[in-house]
Amino acid sequence: MDHAPIYLDNNATTMVDPAVVEAMLPYFTQHFGNPSSIHSFGNQVGKGLKTARGQIQQLLGAEHDSEIIFTSCGTESDSTAILSALKAQPERNTVITTAVEHPAILTLCEWLEKDGYVVHKLPVDKKGRIDLDQYKSMLTPNVAIVSAMWANNETGTLFPVEEMAEMANAAGIMFHTDAVQAVGKVPIDLKTTKIDMLSLSGHKLHAPKGVGVLYLRRGCRFRPLLRGGHQERGRRAGTENAAGIVALGKACELALEHMGHENTVVKRLRDKLERGILAQVSHAFVTGDTLYRLPNTANIAFEYIEGEAILLLLNKMGIAASSGSACTSGSLEPSHVMRAMGIPYTAAHGTTRFSLSRYTTEAEIDRVIAAVPPIVAQLRKLSPYWSDKGPVANPEQAFAPAYA
Amino acid sequence: MWEYSEKVREHFFNPRNAGPMEEANGVGDVGSIKCGDALRLMLKVDPATDVILDASFQTFGCGSAIASSSALTEIIKGKTLDEALKVTNQEIADFLDGLPPEKMHCSVMGREALQAAVANYRGEVWTDDHEEGALICKCFAIDSKMIEEVVRANNLSSVEQVTHYTKAGGGCSSCHEGIEEILAMVCAERGDTPQLAAPACASSSPAKAPATPESKSGLTNYQRIRKIEETLEAIRPQLQRDHGDMELVEVQGKKIFINLIGACSGCMMEHATMGGIQAKLCEALGELVTVLPAREMARIMANMAAEA
Repeated sequence: MDHAPIYLDNNATTMVDPAVVEAMLPYFTQHFGNPSSIHSFGNQVGKGLKTARGQIQQLLGAEHDSEIIFTSCGTESDSTAILSALKAQPERNTVITTAVEHPAILTLCEWLEKDGYVVHKLPVDKKGRIDLDQYKSMLTPNVAIVSAMWANNETGTLFPVEEMAEMANAAGIMFHTDAVQAVGKVPIDLKTTKIDMLSLSGHKLHAPKGVGVLYLRRGCRFRPLLRGGHQERGRRAGTENAAGIVALGKACELALEHMGHENTVVKRLRDKLERGILAQVSHAFVTGDTLYRLPNTANIAFEYIEGEAILLLLNKMGIAASSGSACTSGSLEPSHVMRAMGIPYTAAHGTTRFSLSRYTTEAEIDRVIAAVPPIVAQLRKLSPYWSDKGPVANPEQAFAPAYA
Repeated sequence: MWEYSEKVREHFFNPRNAGPMEEANGVGDVGSIKCGDALRLMLKVDPATDVILDASFQTFGCGSAIASSSALTEIIKGKTLDEALKVTNQEIADFLDGLPPEKMHCSVMGREALQAAVANYRGEVWTDDHEEGALICKCFAIDSKMIEEVVRANNLSSVEQVTHYTKAGGGCSSCHEGIEEILAMVCAERGDTPQLAAPACASSSPAKAPATPESKSGLTNYQRIRKIEETLEAIRPQLQRDHGDMELVEVQGKKIFINLIGACSGCMMEHATMGGIQAKLCEALGELVTVLPAREMARIMANMAAEA
């Protein structure tokens, strides 16, 4: 049997596109100057950065290229956005976010709470959707910023961020979106929206790790996180990661070219994968909002088995995926996203995410469809919640531990 | 992904004694589906001799939970109940050539399932006093509940004390923020304020020791080695508590060669343990010394000879 590795963990990180590597390489040994320098060494790098800024502007549909601020990663962009909003509006002490954000937002918010700020987390329903009426009722004058992700990293579920931004804008509140999973996978045209700030991360769209962007709408009040030199017009000090930025520019150009492919071919393969697995495996279901989500993400909950065990067996077959189980995070609780959606514990620990990319092939998907059912069967055979035919009757009671 | 030993992987991929057992006369259920680990241990005990004739398990859980269950059944088969009850979670981990610190609770669960199954066989009621919190110190696998309990029971008020009582925070020190938070919470309960460490931790910093040339610590060679031994004796109980130990092999100027034995040998914390020993020796001797594993001695001495 073919054991060539199959990478279906593209929401974690992606392969750098060879064309991107080619674009960035000259910036290590040839165009190595400091873009702030006046001589020709620096000048060439400055041109490279300008090109990249334009390429990113195109993908985001930003009105001005000066709205693009280069950072080191998505997390830096997220922190910069939220801390800036609080610093620029000291009379406002509240942040609105959602219960299913990435830790880059949630951990920061928990830390802000310790400092006396108020954080409201919008709950989600069982498909991971927010209630816009509830959201509207939270838009009060003491809110400094709303931060909501464009697409969820675990389920791919999309939030209606354009509508949410309109509502925040109407209430006079800044709106930020963590779009690291959405950029390059769904069309974005920021100039037609009321989004004030947006975070993106290079390594999620076939650029290298260590480069990100904060989009900052012209006119939006801003306070830098890092102060120092005049780089990025004084909004993000620190010598530019020139090679990384050039690479990100190229990756954005390629993402725009492949947008159609992502939403047709990749989407079809994702749907085939889900159907193929669910047709063979009982007591399994797709999590998230299946009608409104990223084209590349499939998150399947396999009931009565545990995710890390699934991943280890998949890995043995050369298949890379990820899980929302407690064990893969080192904590005792399964993913906060699954808990927020009210997925029962019997299923939350067994959630497995397959995230595709433009490199995923039909043959790979066929192999995964064949590999998954025996793995699930093997683990269910070991599970105290499973008998020969199906789950034991009333599993929560059949297994009666001395403590729980 | 976790770094599992070959043995863990092997027991996960090919678990021994898995599946339900019809003729079991002792069954122990521990864990819950909520926390992602649930283990049922089934025993077939000979009523005449109390010997465990057969054991099997069913586990809902991660790779190391399944491997720990498999290891447990292999360890206890053929033992009497009293012998089996002496099996510690460390023995289960050792059987598997070690578990990552985040996964030690899998071996704890194995031991608890055994206690529960034996109690079930004997018609006793087994209750568990074990409560697990978030993992704070990854170096020594200490969770928040344990730190909280120890802080409360002993009226502790500084990170240093917590390290002394539980070892938490004694490795890479990244978790000191988490320990300070627990201290602040418990201290607030008793209307106290925690003692925070000085901004720059100076007490045991080897850099502060006078930069004396080799063997100029004011001690004779004999006195110096005695001092090293005394210092090691003071550390030894900490290692023994983890079923480990060490021996002093050689002192060559600034290089002190030590052999870690028992559970300490090959432990993923070996480097941190050596670092801790080195810091203590620097402090005790008042000079900068390097602690090295004895197995490297031949190579290092050869290099030194070549350089000279």
